[in-house]
Amino acid sequence: MSPAADTAPAAAEAAEPLLEVDDIHSYYGKSHILHGISLAVGAGEVVALLGRNGVGKSTTLKAIMGLVQPSRGRVRFAGGAITGLPPHRLARLGIGYVPEERRIFRLLTVIENLRTGLDRHGVGKERKKALLDKVYEFFPVLAERRNQAGGTLSGGEQQMLAIARAMMLEPRIILLDEPTEGLMPRMVGQIREIIGVLRRDGVAVLLVEQNVPLTLSASERVYILEKGVVRHHARSNELHADDGIIHQYMGI
Amino acid sequence: MGVPLQQVLIQTVNGIVTGMILALVASGLTLIFGIMDVVNFAHGELFMLGAYVGVLTMAATGNFWLALIAATIAIALLGAVIYLTTLRPLLGRDPLTTILATFGISLVLQNYALWQFGPVARKIAEPITGHFTLFYLQYPWYRVVIALISAAIIGGLWLFLKFGTWGIWIRATTQDRVMAQAMGIPVPSVLTTVFAIGAAMAGASGVLFGPLTAVDSSMGVDWILKVFIVVVVGGMGSLAGSIAAALMISLLEAYASLWVSPAQAVIVSFVVLILTLLFRPTGLFAATGR
Amino acid sequence: MSRRPSLVYWTGFAVILALLIVAPLVLPEFWRRFVTEILIWGLLAMSSDILIGYTGMVSFGQSAFFGLGMYGAAAALLSVAPPNLWLALVYGLAGAAAAAGFVAYFSTRLRDIYFAITTLIFSQIFYVIIFTWTAVTGGENGLTFDRPALAVPGLFSIRFTATTLHWFVLAMVAGSYLALRRITQSPFGMVLQSIRENEARTRAIGYPVERYKIVAVMLSGLFAGLAGVLYALQNEFAAPDFVFFLVSGEAVIFNVIGGVGTLVGPIVGAAFFLLLREGLSRFFTEFYLIPLGAIFVAMVIFMPQGLLGFMRRWLNQ
Repeated sequence: MSPAADTAPAAAEAAEPLLEVDDIHSYYGKSHILHGISLAVGAGEVVALLGRNGVGKSTTLKAIMGLVQPSRGRVRFAGGAITGLPPHRLARLGIGYVPEERRIFRLLTVIENLRTGLDRHGVGKERKKALLDKVYEFFPVLAERRNQAGGTLSGGEQQMLAIARAMMLEPRIILLDEPTEGLMPRMVGQIREIIGVLRRDGVAVLLVEQNVPLTLSASERVYILEKGVVRHHARSNELHADDGIIHQYMGI
Repeated sequence: MGVPLQQVLIQTVNGIVTGMILALVASGLTLIFGIMDVVNFAHGELFMLGAYVGVLTMAATGNFWLALIAATIAIALLGAVIYLTTLRPLLGRDPLTTILATFGISLVLQNYALWQFGPVARKIAEPITGHFTLFYLQYPWYRVVIALISAAIIGGLWLFLKFGTWGIWIRATTQDRVMAQAMGIPVPSVLTTVFAIGAAMAGASGVLFGPLTAVDSSMGVDWILKVFIVVVVGGMGSLAGSIAAALMISLLEAYASLWVSPAQAVIVSFVVLILTLLFRPTGLFAATGR
Repeated sequence: MSRRPSLVYWTGFAVILALLIVAPLVLPEFWRRFVTEILIWGLLAMSSDILIGYTGMVSFGQSAFFGLGMYGAAAALLSVAPPNLWLALVYGLAGAAAAAGFVAYFSTRLRDIYFAITTLIFSQIFYVIIFTWTAVTGGENGLTFDRPALAVPGLFSIRFTATTLHWFVLAMVAGSYLALRRITQSPFGMVLQSIRENEARTRAIGYPVERYKIVAVMLSGLFAGLAGVLYALQNEFAAPDFVFFLVSGEAVIFNVIGGVGTLVGPIVGAAFFLLLREGLSRFFTEFYLIPLGAIFVAMVIFMPQGLLGFMRRWLNQ
């Protein structure tokens, strides 16, 4: 994993942020989905996007990852412009993506899934082994099932695989889309732990979630979206799950 | 019935020989379809041009094995060129446009061959002369050798896909192209490579099939239909399916030729297709899933 | 579909019709035949357009329908004496309809690519049957027969001249065009287009999509069969070459070149293709398909809307 960055939030914001999204718009056919989203994530920070279904949270992640081409606006990563670059380049630059529904390769074994991220230029055998060991240490169930087809894993195990797979890229930031969706409630704690581990290792996380308590406890800052724009931006420790703002935008 | 067992067994061997070559051609087509949803109408022409490259190489060197290698490489390159110029631009569009485009390409390639090589059929000499006694026949060794080589190539492909980084990349891209990209897999290169591999397999088949038949510009057209039938019956995108279907159809046709002429024996493949469409339209040997 | 003011449209139609009527009177025989062929192939391409352009189903089955129309007419003209024009039409259309029904039954439940391949294979099935059943179909050599007279039993009987045959073909093709235009603009046609746009939604709304598709294939088969009958009348022979799937491919090419979903497009496409072929053959002799094929591929990539679409955009600028 990348060396632990200075995790003091103030310092992270002062320097140029690791990821900067500037006024992106996107369409799906004729539907205007993103109406000008701007946000920033500092190195090693955990930032969250909250909002109801359909406000454009997932689309924002996809736009960052190059899976959706913004019609307007720019995205900058690690000091360089990345708008319009193809997804496979972004992955190599250090952006990991864990989509909604996990989307692991069902017909590939666990180890083969991991290898899709592991087999890269310039990564020697030693480093690969170290990466694998680390991930097996943290997700022992994956080690057990390493030769099983991805499709035979349970929902929770698939989620772990999806995250582990992204970690194989040694990313500087992971885009995490609704990791607790479809998982049993007791897995939520495990997700919180995983986010904590990523943070300790200096990997930034941009988290999209519907689970408000998890989001507020795991992240440092939160953007609240509505109808394709950012409506509110605050430090997570200034918000509570029962705040009026949360009620207003989450409809809970 | 009155058909001696020996004849049936000989036809079995014949069926397996043509079946293996058919499997080789069909594998390329199904591999391409599986990964990029492209039905390559020009596949038959790649087969035919491979045979012609074989003819030319044989004429220059007299060496069958060189001809095989030359055809494989040449058609792989041709495949890459075709993909980059005409199929990549069509990637995001309605998959039916690729049928049209590859159909157009097949017309161009077919007439090109007719123009360059003329209507007189050519021959590729057998790599190995000599026969062995199969019951009452002197059965040529080269047929068996050709079947073995086809099997070896298919086996090699399977190994390549199963192990090795590119194999994982190809299988991942086939299953979920978007996530493959998100994992840093260079999907554009993977697609080009797979098309080239599929083309190379067709080209190699052309050379392997050469000694069994006459090489002329309509070879591809004669075969493409059977290849399509094999791929549909086997399940589009399923490698194992096309191999099994190829063998099954070839064997059935070989047996049928005991009673009817070869021109009519093709009805067998049509019947198999109709039955498959009626009862198991996704393929007799259910596709392993995408 | 067409937003053009009706007056402009019908005026254009009348002008073209007039030109086509006059054509055989002023053109040398070679070109006269050429124009008649354009009309026949145009009709075949139009029949293909019902499926490709309006219902969104790429079909390679036209050659089977065309071929059976041709052979059906041949059967009538050879088996019944004196050769009867109307009987030829009936036999031909019946044969084509039967083929269409057969193909429709198996193929319509399949989605796009499978449908295309299956229609292709069925075309070939018919080809093989016709090619090998020598006793009935004349096999490789096909069948030759005499052109019947234009006759209404009991009233009159005139032998066709080159000119009157052209007019007959023109009447049939123009009539087909008008009929198809009516059909595609009818509620039925609207449903077909809705299937093309979004099949799942059309089905969800409650339309029996399969049945509509089957009717579309039958319609396509009928008009393709008519083209086959006309071809038989024009050339006085039927040959298996015309049942080979490449003929279907050509119909599709005319559609794409001209512009799918326009009915006029396919005829324009046929004319363009045949003219190009004529021109290119001067230089490339029988290898005209090399440049023509390349042009076709380029059009698929760069001008997917066909000539008509291109013209439309160009005019709208």
